Amino acid sequence: MSTQLSIHEPAHLQVENITVAYNGQPVLRDVSFTIPHGTRVAVVGPNGAGKSTLFKALVGLLPVRAGRIIIHGESLGHHKECVAYVPQREEVDWKFPVTVYDVAMMGRYGNLGWLKRPGQYDHAVVTRCLEQMRMTNLARAPIGDLSGGQQQRVFLARALAQEPHILLMDEPFTGVDASTQAATLELLTQLQHQGVTVMVSTHDLNLATTRFDQVLLINRRVIAHGSAAQVFTPDNITQAFGTRTLILNGRGSIVVDECCPPE
Amino acid sequence: MDWLITPLTYEFMLRGFLASLMVGVLCAVVGCYVVLRSMAFMGDALAHAILPGVAIAYLLKGDLLIGALVAAILVALGIGFLSRQGTLKEDTAIGILFAGALALGVALISTIKTYALDLTHILFGNVLGVSVSDLWLTAILGVIVLTTIVLLYKEFLVISFDPVLAATMRLPAELLRNLMLILLALTIVVSLQTVGVGLVAAMLVTPGATAFLLTRRLPTMMLIAALIGAFSSIAGLYVSFYVNVASGAAVVLIATAIFLLVFLFAPTRGVVWNYFRTRQRD
Repeated sequence: MSTQLSIHEPAHLQVENITVAYNGQPVLRDVSFTIPHGTRVAVVGPNGAGKSTLFKALVGLLPVRAGRIIIHGESLGHHKECVAYVPQREEVDWKFPVTVYDVAMMGRYGNLGWLKRPGQYDHAVVTRCLEQMRMTNLARAPIGDLSGGQQQRVFLARALAQEPHILLMDEPFTGVDASTQAATLELLTQLQHQGVTVMVSTHDLNLATTRFDQVLLINRRVIAHGSAAQVFTPDNITQAFGTRTLILNGRGSIVVDECCPPE
Repeated sequence: MDWLITPLTYEFMLRGFLASLMVGVLCAVVGCYVVLRSMAFMGDALAHAILPGVAIAYLLKGDLLIGALVAAILVALGIGFLSRQGTLKEDTAIGILFAGALALGVALISTIKTYALDLTHILFGNVLGVSVSDLWLTAILGVIVLTTIVLLYKEFLVISFDPVLAATMRLPAELLRNLMLILLALTIVVSLQTVGVGLVAAMLVTPGATAFLLTRRLPTMMLIAALIGAFSSIAGLYVSFYVNVASGAAVVLIATAIFLLVFLFAPTRGVVWNYFRTRQRD
């Protein structure tokens, strides 16, 4: 069932001409890209560009209207536990009566299957993942008592416990403290060494440039995909961000990419 | 201690206690999901929607509980169907079916001669009229519902807490949601006898909401809710025996009183302590 990770396999995530709709409106049109495994990819684009929509299509939460998503050479749906998703913090009900440990354990549920209880191995994995995210001493704490950074680290621990091949993180650098940001970045590097592909949506274009192998610039479609130097050209940036780009004559461009639009 | 034992010497009281206890525990445990998934309106609607089923069963001289069960499951699935794919918002779908079914129920019952009495029993329960076969049906349905909740603990937890994770796990969310509605319908039907359709929403929501204020883990929440449900049911029946008030109402009033006490004085989240804590800080 679960496909063995191998460094020799060339492409692990292939997206071919997908169109994804949200509430009946197509948000992403004709999106294609290929990401070799163990790559850290920053997904960049203005608000409403379809970053979250792309992630939700990749985990199978939103149906793909056209095209296909191929992971390990198989269409999405043929393997269940290889993609993990770290939600934006606003998507979670923090008053729900679960502890840090409970949330991390949910990462194991996908491997367990119906009617099975977590066993020794599952508890060992959860303990290790909480340790890795420095959350061991908070394991028994209700999630409602956590700070913003700790909240994020619980969900990172859960994603690790899923032992994913592809990890998707939606805006993990928005509104967290410096130590959580550092812990997240450190985790990215570790995961890369383990051959895990990581896709992170972010508004921090500096981080996208310095801490990722590739940048995927989208705005309803793929505008550019490649190294930061290839992607962040004045032309591409204007296409993605439109009027929010300021082109300085001959010296480059400035993007004002706000993360949280006033509601 | 005689006052504790006296009611138990009547066989109808003993049956009432047993039924009330089972229903109290069952409602409270299922109610935890009702509270966490914001399904209180759904619970109330389902309770009222079983009226036509009861009326038809009565007119056909069939088993009232079976009639209620069929109606509740039909309405639960109907709500799921109308609100599927976001055609209608769920609360709109609930409102339409709720009112329609209630009207149908009242229309049917109004054709029955003993209209007033029967309607009162259905609306507010008649725990002292519980028969031995009712007890058996309650016990069997209760065991089915509780076993399902225990066996599907993981799945229900995930679809309630994190639908996105449920999707990555490829859980059949629609199926699980309908299953939960069916469990809710079964619980409501079982409660018909003790608290009636008018008050079952309270038995579903109040113990769960009280437990929610006292703990931050789902299994503990279910346990505390079950204890509160059981205590309210028993205490309510004693009150009803000695003060001579409607038993369903007494049970619900006790549950409500416990909720208010906890809301005010809960160790960490109580309104009163919070008030003093903020004052100290100022």
